[in-house]
Amino acid sequence: MSFHAIDAWWWPYLFIIVGGWLATDMWRFVGVYFGGKLAEDSELLVMVRCIATALVAAVIANLVIFPSGALAATPLWLRVGAGLAGFAAYLAAGKRVIVGIIAGELVLAGGMLL
Amino acid sequence: MDATDGNTAETTGSRRYWLLRGVRSAFSIPGLILASAFVGFAGLARDAGLTLAQTVFMTGIVWALPAKVVLVGAVIAGNSLPAAAFAVALSSVRLAPMVVALTPEMRTPKTPAWVLYLLSHFVAVTSWVLAMEQFRLVPRPMRTTFYAGLGGTLVLGNMLVVAVVFIVAGRLPPPVSAALFFLTPMYFLTSLWGSARERAGQVAMVFGLVLGPVFHLLTPDFDLLAAGLSAGVAAYGVHLIGKRRRKA
Repeated sequence: MSFHAIDAWWWPYLFIIVGGWLATDMWRFVGVYFGGKLAEDSELLVMVRCIATALVAAVIANLVIFPSGALAATPLWLRVGAGLAGFAAYLAAGKRVIVGIIAGELVLAGGMLL
Repeated sequence: MDATDGNTAETTGSRRYWLLRGVRSAFSIPGLILASAFVGFAGLARDAGLTLAQTVFMTGIVWALPAKVVLVGAVIAGNSLPAAAFAVALSSVRLAPMVVALTPEMRTPKTPAWVLYLLSHFVAVTSWVLAMEQFRLVPRPMRTTFYAGLGGTLVLGNMLVVAVVFIVAGRLPPPVSAALFFLTPMYFLTSLWGSARERAGQVAMVFGLVLGPVFHLLTPDFDLLAAGLSAGVAAYGVHLIGKRRRKA
């Protein structure tokens, strides 16, 4: 039952609707329904935020460590180095996301040119 | 009813004004950064074997970028639909408290519920941050209009960005595509750290970065769920221990 499991035009869309839209918008609707009833700093929400953050971080690390496509042709040390350099630049610039992205990309591009 | 809202003709006129103000707010530094992240996402989705139509459809209907990156991650890993939906649902729980915080800010006693449910679809990190920042400059009865302009522009604009990049991506030289693929991790690496509301979020991020690849090697079928749950719960444990220590 994976994304490429059923060879029909509608299957990927059903996969996106159930796995993407339903799984995401249900939380937005829950948010409207409970608007104001949930305390932002409740302990349950702290744990929920931790799991959500860790999940996205896991995806990010996998994109850097086990990339596909053109990025796979670059050496592992360069990808990790560019990520760390971009993150360091982000912190040094007072947490400016745009600085981190540009710095990381420059290190990656520099490494590919060498 | 406040005094500025008395005249009907004036209200209709200013409704268009506030809609356009919302549209204009989308063209900002956070909006530009988001567009760059979507440039990366288009490359990622193309590489995962999605078609142009599927990618643009996913952009509009899911909207939250972390959810989409997790979904495409599950597609690449060949995960089943229930596993993919569960992982995406876990990554999207954070939207509920965001909507809980935003809704009271733009609701008036006259706002129909369907408007709030419809607008909640636009909630993702960037539009939420921009709205929370600018609502104080917008008269309360105009806030739903303002947010419709802001959120609608971000969603439609990035659907366009994704479509264009998807078409162009196949013709790019490999180093340029490599740089393009690197945009998504770079965007989240920095913005996740900044959006963490407590130290525990940053601990969770570090644990997730380390455990993601580890579980990818150990349990390729459930790597995201296993890494997210174990790293997240571990970070929450650290948070509880720290809290107890501060109290003692």
